Amino acid sequence: MLANRRLLCRIFVLILIAFATYAVLSTRANNIHRSKTSAADPKINKMATADPKLADGLAAWKQIYSVMISPRCINCHTATNYPQQGDDRHRHFANVVRGREGRGVPALSCIGCHQEVNADSTGVPGGPDWHLAPLSMRWQDKNDRPLSSAAVCRSVTDKSKNENMDGRALLTHHQEAGLVLWAWNPGRRPDGTMRTVPPLTHTEFVNATRTWVEAGTPCPREK
Amino acid sequence: MATYQLNVNGQTKKVDADPSTPLLWVLREELKMTGTKYGCGISACGACTVHLNGVATRSCIVPVSLIGDQKIIAIEGIGADPVGRAVQSAWVEKDVVQCGYCQSGQIMSAVALLKATSKPTDTNIEESMGGNLCRCATYVRIREAIKRAAEQLT
Amino acid sequence: MRAAIKNKNGLPLNRRSFLCASTAAAGGLLVSLYLDLPAVAYGEAQGLPPKAYPPDAFVHIRPDGKIFITVNRLEFGQGVQTSLPMVMADEMDADWSQVVPELAPAADVYKDPVFGIQMVGGSGSIAHSFQQYRELGAKTRAMLIAAAADRWKVSPNDCRAENSVVYGPANKSARYAELAERAAREPVPKTVRLKNASEFRLIGKKVPRLDSRAKCDGSQKFGLDLDLPGMKIAVVAHPPVFGARVKYIDDTEARSLSGVKDIFEIPLAKGSGVAVVADRFWTAKQARDRLKIDWDLSGIEHADSAQLWAKYKNLARTPGNVAVAKGNDKAMNRIPVARRIVAEYEFPYLAHTPMEPLNATVRFEGDKAEAWVPSQFQTMDQMAIAQVLGLKPEQVTFHTEYAGGGFGRRAVIDSHVPREAATIAKRFRGAPIKLVWTREDDVRGGYYRPMHAHRVEIGIGADGMPAAWRHVIVGQSLVAGTPFAAMMIKNGVDQTTVEGVDDTSYKIPNLHLSAHNPTVNVPVLWWRSVGNTHTAFVMETLVDELATRAKVDPIVYRRKLLKPEAKKLRAVLDLLDEKSTWRKTLPRGHAAGISCHECFGTAVACAVDVSIENKRPKIHRATVAVHCGLGVNPLTIESQFQGGIGFGITQLMAQGAITLKDGRVEQRNFDGYTPPYIGDAPAAVDVHIVPSTEPPTGCGEPPVPVISPAVVNALARLTGKRYRTLPLLDIQPS
Repeated sequence: MLANRRLLCRIFVLILIAFATYAVLSTRANNIHRSKTSAADPKINKMATADPKLADGLAAWKQIYSVMISPRCINCHTATNYPQQGDDRHRHFANVVRGREGRGVPALSCIGCHQEVNADSTGVPGGPDWHLAPLSMRWQDKNDRPLSSAAVCRSVTDKSKNENMDGRALLTHHQEAGLVLWAWNPGRRPDGTMRTVPPLTHTEFVNATRTWVEAGTPCPREK
Repeated sequence: MATYQLNVNGQTKKVDADPSTPLLWVLREELKMTGTKYGCGISACGACTVHLNGVATRSCIVPVSLIGDQKIIAIEGIGADPVGRAVQSAWVEKDVVQCGYCQSGQIMSAVALLKATSKPTDTNIEESMGGNLCRCATYVRIREAIKRAAEQLT
Repeated sequence: MRAAIKNKNGLPLNRRSFLCASTAAAGGLLVSLYLDLPAVAYGEAQGLPPKAYPPDAFVHIRPDGKIFITVNRLEFGQGVQTSLPMVMADEMDADWSQVVPELAPAADVYKDPVFGIQMVGGSGSIAHSFQQYRELGAKTRAMLIAAAADRWKVSPNDCRAENSVVYGPANKSARYAELAERAAREPVPKTVRLKNASEFRLIGKKVPRLDSRAKCDGSQKFGLDLDLPGMKIAVVAHPPVFGARVKYIDDTEARSLSGVKDIFEIPLAKGSGVAVVADRFWTAKQARDRLKIDWDLSGIEHADSAQLWAKYKNLARTPGNVAVAKGNDKAMNRIPVARRIVAEYEFPYLAHTPMEPLNATVRFEGDKAEAWVPSQFQTMDQMAIAQVLGLKPEQVTFHTEYAGGGFGRRAVIDSHVPREAATIAKRFRGAPIKLVWTREDDVRGGYYRPMHAHRVEIGIGADGMPAAWRHVIVGQSLVAGTPFAAMMIKNGVDQTTVEGVDDTSYKIPNLHLSAHNPTVNVPVLWWRSVGNTHTAFVMETLVDELATRAKVDPIVYRRKLLKPEAKKLRAVLDLLDEKSTWRKTLPRGHAAGISCHECFGTAVACAVDVSIENKRPKIHRATVAVHCGLGVNPLTIESQFQGGIGFGITQLMAQGAITLKDGRVEQRNFDGYTPPYIGDAPAAVDVHIVPSTEPPTGCGEPPVPVISPAVVNALARLTGKRYRTLPLLDIQPS
């Protein structure tokens, strides 16, 4: 029993430390989660109940993350020198490469196929300035596995990686950016069927982003 | 059906076509410009490559309704461009072609590469030409011809 | 327009000295020489009635000096429309700058002198027509000289020809164009002296292709580019499983598209399909996409790759029909198990996917028809069209269109593409119907290089050389049930299944080779280099493994293993050894791979420099040594070898396989069946030709078999693993 009580104390201290860390750093850019204080889920839940806004923010992030790792989004947030395509996220055909600015290379550029809008008669998706996200915004590892929720959150909230966007700018980005909007209007596949869309509606996605931003863009603590 | 005014090889051409028709088939069947080839219809082989406002574009997957007033240059018009001319000459000098079916697209891609990169490296060539299939596999000579054209242009 | 001119006696000219004059489009006089041919002599010897051969059969000298030379072959990349005219022009002493090649229509006179049908295949374009075109050229030259001698009243022996001019005594000269009409009336010499190799001006020289310019500025027309007045475009909805039949068509939506002319069911080589005819390709395709077809899938085999593999592997464990039984089959039993290798190989179906999708255009006019086909089998396709239309072959004027590649895919015994076109054209009397197979039709349409399984057991002698070799091959026959079967199936074994093993140049004292040719509901076809695509892979990887086990250099080992009579292979191995010194200075992470093979009379040896990048072989260079007899155009030969090496890499590609599941092909286009792009092919290929004056042999197919075994032999050096399953999966770090 005594041992158990000690353990509980330690956990409580850990939670306090963790909470303090969040309060200080949640809107800042650094990797706050590499500390050995990282704890398992039940602890996060306890911490969350301690601050309802934070809890809402983390729940909202979970929703946002589910969108980000859906094929319509993550296929162009690769860690490799190529984009992916399809719901199975296979490597883009015909040796399409990232190029220096994420826009392909001369003679094999993104916009050499992807026009400003979807081409439904041929099944080629399109949107304004079709391009890959920069490597700093990769949401996958080099083996094409999606990064963890925490890792994606860290880079999304890191202004040195996200083109200097704060919470408000991130919200605007999710509300208005052409290629973000495209995910909910991805057009038809070459066989005429509709491409799948992310698991949330765009409105739900924006609302979740708003909640998350208002909570100070908190990130989960696992690796 | 709709009527489109297309700017092809510096000339304005009026065509009637269904808006869903890919540019490739408008060039081939309406304008009788058959130098641009159909190879796959899904932008995987590059035989249909033309330049749209200077961007090497797979014409088999771009509906004519999206072209607007963009300048289209197809293989029949690329010789009017100094880089185009140099690439065509290098192709002949290096005896690149075999069946020749993909070569319009290869040349259009090579011109786009050389316009952006005057001294392409092997990696540049592999990347930029990486979407143009040649079943005869004339690739070795394509590399040589691109380097030759680059030489001629400096 | 054309009127036969009568000879001096007022009698019509016989076939042997035919002069045809007509008003050319430009208004000038068109003079044609029609020359005799081995085929004519053959026909007469057989007592066959003379046939109405086209007048300007092979050479046609125009008043402006242009010399049109007819090429009895399809040009589809191999360069024959440059090299056969070179051969004729050389013997003819023609001005090369004035030579214009033309592809022959279908006609008996253009049949392959060896195969007896008009075709490109078996790497025979030069091998079989070299002598023919030399003689034609030499006879033409003799007739031009005779005409000049007649005119000048001098002896032909006092005349000589050079660069399209005949020179006589006293500074006399006359251009071929001036002499052509008179020359056509000269008797065709029965025999002519052919040039010595030292007299060749074109043969053996690197002569640039004549079609380069047109293929670089978009002006070259291919079959698919044909545009005729009133032409309609047809596409066909083919069954999802080979041989399925249409049960019900709902074409309401399809017919609602403006421009759709008709939609109807047509019989196919197997089963049936739905033809859509429209005024434009895109309309036809859109309409096809909107068809709702109920297919009858009953009563037909649903081929399935996984099940076929299981079946093939089992079959390979029992001997099939015997192709070779040499020495003592019991020899294996005397060899200790530790000195045996047992190897099982898998090769998938492969599509040819020439860049120009398959097509055929046919116009039916009741009592005659006209066809435009990029065809490797002109006379057979002509016959098939005639049969569909209820005509005789000679009632079908058949134009050979330039083809965007072929690799065997346009040499189809059942002529299914021209047949489909003719079937549709029959409903549209008077209107040319251009049938287009989309790339999806092509990838899913069958006529593949068959799947094969090999099982080989080798007993190694104490000297490290193979002492006993048991080999079983399983794969569909290419010719069973066709007119080719009588010629190509021996003792129940399709020769194309076992070629490359049954004729191996290696000394194997005890060799037992047998084959199973199972029947599968997937149409199959020769794929550039045919059986050698898989047999050379098996032989060359195993011989390499033997060399490694014996700790002997792979070139040295092969030389030692070659039969004494394998002179060509020995010569190419020697030349390869000399030209691939780079093998000794390879950077870290690179390895060299070797292979050699002889097929279609040509021996090839190949060395590749390979490393592993992103789990795939990266081929930095290939050095190739070739013995193809006299090299008619070394420039074309170099191109054929560079390209053939690249083509061969198809079977090493990660997505280099056609697979079936429940009867359906799983790939549909280049996104699923992916041939090599530029980065997959070697960055450099240097080709070295063994100097020779022997008769020329083929160069189209021999490059293909050597590359893939060479690459995996290099990989084996890098990873210690042997790769026996194709397509080549990603290479996992060992």
